Amino acid sequence: MADIPNNLKFLESHEWAREEDDGSVTVGISDHAQSLLGDIVFVELPEVGSEVNKQDDVAVVESVKAASDVYTPLSGEVLEVNEMLADRPEVINSSPYGDGWFFKIKPNNIEELSELLDNEAYQELSEN
Amino acid sequence: MKKTYLNEFHANNGGQMVDFAGWEMPVNYGSQISEHKEVRENVGIFDVSHMAVFDFAGSRQVEFLKHLLPNDVNKILDSTRALYSPLLNDEGMILDDLIVYHLGDENFRIISNCGTRDQNNAWFTKVALNFDVAMDFKQEASIIALQGPKAKQHLGEMFDIDLEPFHIQTLDDVMIARTGYTGEVGFEIISNASRGLELWNHFIEKGIKPVGLAARDTLRLEAGFNLYGSDMTIENHPYESNLGWTIDMSNDARDFIGKSALLDLQSDSKKLVGFHTDARGVLRSGTEIYFDGGSGVVTSGTWSPTFGKNIGLCRVDSNHPDTGNAKLRDKEINLHFCETNFLKYLK
Repeated sequence: MADIPNNLKFLESHEWAREEDDGSVTVGISDHAQSLLGDIVFVELPEVGSEVNKQDDVAVVESVKAASDVYTPLSGEVLEVNEMLADRPEVINSSPYGDGWFFKIKPNNIEELSELLDNEAYQELSEN
Repeated sequence: MKKTYLNEFHANNGGQMVDFAGWEMPVNYGSQISEHKEVRENVGIFDVSHMAVFDFAGSRQVEFLKHLLPNDVNKILDSTRALYSPLLNDEGMILDDLIVYHLGDENFRIISNCGTRDQNNAWFTKVALNFDVAMDFKQEASIIALQGPKAKQHLGEMFDIDLEPFHIQTLDDVMIARTGYTGEVGFEIISNASRGLELWNHFIEKGIKPVGLAARDTLRLEAGFNLYGSDMTIENHPYESNLGWTIDMSNDARDFIGKSALLDLQSDSKKLVGFHTDARGVLRSGTEIYFDGGSGVVTSGTWSPTFGKNIGLCRVDSNHPDTGNAKLRDKEINLHFCETNFLKYLK
């Protein structure tokens, strides 16, 4: 298991969110999630410019084993998606908190971040 | 849960253990795609000791097997060889699929699936009784599959043998069969557990990678081999399961279980075919397929590590055209029907 960086917040459905210096929020799936899915082979990402609401299913991640919806931890506008994942979805397996990010949003309300699980609470959840 | 004698190895070597029909087995050792590619390009070993091994004894074994199985063991009496056959009930429906081995001198062994162990034990016992055939259901057997283009070379370092496909040889209580479930050159090595452990450790020391059940599934699907429980069940007869070639009707005098039901059957309305699509996603088992004038259902679907696209098997109305459609996450996608052996068809 990779160590979870300290500056992440989590949904119970295994998505992480990280506030960046420019005020945007980057979203991905946890190391625990990628490990449960196994080898990832496809990703469907939201459209840049689309408005999303907290906990909407906005992306799909598919492994050899199964397909799974990805929910957005915050509401806002999609600023950017990780184009590299189209050709190299396996990066999610190797770097779930780094190069394997899914999309960035401009949050409507950054306070939503505080409603998410912190590192410790998420770790406890994923261990049980 | 039941465990094979290699359980400790799997758990200590990164095996992600899952419940497979009541057995704790490794689904992968990290990456099923790497394991898959290792078998296609190099060589890998599989612990398949959860499969069921039955040895038979008695002078009427040939007679027994000619009645038990729709494929005819006459084909393997001339030497020590293996024969694939489904196992049918009286209605001609598929109870399992298996390999029967002629060990020599008209003595036989059957290896069948794990999930059907108890069913087959009861079924074989009942039928064998009518032929005074005794049966030994092995409880501590080791089955190691060594598969891949380099399998021959690695086996050759341990055993001085040269086997044609589907032939077998027994050396010092180790039976080696040139069989497998991957579409590669390969061997299945059957022995007792202590000999099995020696062999397994030897292969591991040689640097051969262990391969889990997930890669075993994608390997067999690329080769177009049916999986019992997915591509065929007790609801299916052999003709709609791509197994017509295993139903040997050549001897009118031979009465095998299910024969009269199969003779009465309208056999050609459905068939099992392959499909592939470039759509981004995987059509999984149970997905409905439709086309002009008919329909079908996916029985196995995966992302093919060798071809980098979605492939699978589906049971469709026999009048299917070259292409069909299916829904994938509410999107309509197009797929192409093809023969089941993707290794030949897509290469």
